Amino acid sequence: MIRALLTLLAVAGTLAQAAPPAPAEDATTPAFKEVDSIEARVQGCVTCHGNAGQGTRDGYYPRIAGKPAAYLFNQLVAFRDGQRKYPPMNYLVATLPDAYLREIARHFAQQRAPFAPQSAAQVDPATLERGRVLATQGDSRSGVPACMACHGVALAGMEPGIPGLAGLRPNYIVGQLTRWRVGDRHAAAPDCMARVAARLSDPDIAAVASWLGQQSPKDAAPEPANLQRMPYACGSQEPK
Amino acid sequence: MNFGARIAFVLAILIGIAATAVYILHPRALPAPAQAARPSAETRLLARGEYLARAGDCVACHTEINGQPFAGGRPMPTPFGALYAPNITPDEETGLGLWTADDFYRMLHQGVSRDGTLLYPAMPFASYTKVTRTDSDALYAYLQSVPPVRQKNRPHDLGFPFNNRDLLIGWRTLYFKEGEFQPDPAQSAQWNRGAYLVQGLGHCAMCHTAINALGGSSESKAFEGGMIPNQNWYAPSLTSNREAGLGDWPLQDIADLLQTGVSHRGTTYGPMAEVVYNSLQYLSDEDATAMAVYLKALPRRDSEAPPTSQARLVDPAVMELGRKVYAVQCAACHGGEGEGHAPAFPPLKGNQSITMLSPVNSIRMVLNGGYAPGTLKNPRPHGMPPFAHLLDDAQVAAVITYVRVAWENNGTPVTPAQANDLRKLLPE
Repeated sequence: MIRALLTLLAVAGTLAQAAPPAPAEDATTPAFKEVDSIEARVQGCVTCHGNAGQGTRDGYYPRIAGKPAAYLFNQLVAFRDGQRKYPPMNYLVATLPDAYLREIARHFAQQRAPFAPQSAAQVDPATLERGRVLATQGDSRSGVPACMACHGVALAGMEPGIPGLAGLRPNYIVGQLTRWRVGDRHAAAPDCMARVAARLSDPDIAAVASWLGQQSPKDAAPEPANLQRMPYACGSQEPK
Repeated sequence: MNFGARIAFVLAILIGIAATAVYILHPRALPAPAQAARPSAETRLLARGEYLARAGDCVACHTEINGQPFAGGRPMPTPFGALYAPNITPDEETGLGLWTADDFYRMLHQGVSRDGTLLYPAMPFASYTKVTRTDSDALYAYLQSVPPVRQKNRPHDLGFPFNNRDLLIGWRTLYFKEGEFQPDPAQSAQWNRGAYLVQGLGHCAMCHTAINALGGSSESKAFEGGMIPNQNWYAPSLTSNREAGLGDWPLQDIADLLQTGVSHRGTTYGPMAEVVYNSLQYLSDEDATAMAVYLKALPRRDSEAPPTSQARLVDPAVMELGRKVYAVQCAACHGGEGEGHAPAFPPLKGNQSITMLSPVNSIRMVLNGGYAPGTLKNPRPHGMPPFAHLLDDAQVAAVITYVRVAWENNGTPVTPAQANDLRKLLPE
């Protein structure tokens, strides 16, 4: 009996030694519990967007956790079909059907990963203040509505098609606004973001991006649709 | 008529009315369900044409990204310049609207357009020449049935001298052999069906037979693999057990790889994933199995000797770096010993696509990641993330070296320079 117990302990000891060391805790390291799960299926996303879609240390790849499912689905379809151009994404989703893209979008929309603390702004206080004014009040002279008018007071977006802005890094926001302004990125017609971007100067884009990059809400979910009237008509808010 | 007779008459009428009313009002069994309309000969012809168009993957080249199906315009980059696939919708001005079934067969069979123009061999007529007249007619009928789209063909963008189509006469003499598929009576019907699909509509040779400097592929090197021009993916040899040779694969795994995109032995990514997504997933089980039977039976021709033990020598420091990267980044999906979780995450141990001479595909997968295609039989595929932004060239080379030689894998080491060459071509 005692010998059997010892053998058992010895075997258990060997097993424990054979087990691979637990990988370092890192949002970009592939990890999942069940192979047959959506969590395992979206491992293709994690090195850039983080295990829960929270974004990663790298400054460009955007947070996708908690963005409205319809927004994420629209982007995935646009990447697959080439309306939105970013070759690494175009390549990854090129052969995925609608139903699956919808499931992936829903998965990340449901994630409520905490917002990472943002790094200090690299700009002067006047620029930051200009950014705050644009984001919270807009600029009536140039006809720029406040970001918050559509993206929500918490900057967590609005159902069904408007993404949250909190948690995005300044260089991603600058990249997107610039792409919109030069006609490289589009949304469903009527394309409200194209109207906004056309009214923003380069310094305004830099200012609003640096202020937005500092926002790190405690806990934020997209606002329900149509609580507020929106300053511009947006195709992404139309029922499909 | 006396009173009694009158009463009897009225009664008879009333009974008649009552009986009619009962007959009309009484519920009856529902009418027998209409027989599902048997498809007409025309319907069957068009359905067959559609099936064959998928087997031939016409849509992949003849549809622009975001464009109307079959309306052409998609650029095909080649070492000689860009070719633009033409409009094959039945528009009378810009497509095939005025073509006859004879015109279409000549084009498919001989590579000659309706007006006598010689086609560039980007159109795989060297394969399509095997297609039977009956199948050509079904394809023709189907293409005439899709919505016509008015879209002018874009002229090819070829430099001198390749813009001179007279050169094609020489190319055709060297590399084109016209002729419908001839069944081999010594082989089974299943083998012959597979051969017909692989050599003909499947046009597998376009990628899996190396293309030489003249853009020709030599029959003696059939299915021996090669780099896909301008795509920077390596199409492995189908005849070598050291590459994608399928001699020791179970038939079901070959059929699965083709039709489902994943199998217990390996997974399709990149250009092959597109072929499965656009074309092979729609094959019937019988046709997928027939192709598997033919591919499995291809003669073994290892063009290169297995690497010597000298060639397989690895610097222990590189091996250790590779092992560390593997443990952190790869083991969660591919297993501590490279055993994988097939078919979700492919095994790396004993996987020919890992150990084959060309490391191009492995390097690309580590840099760019990839998803298996979403197919009818595997609509929610697993995927691999990109590591280009997390691993430097030395780490990429080390981890690929590690999986190529660990677990009795008989591959050779990879250098950081090889990783860097492909990093420069990253989709960015």
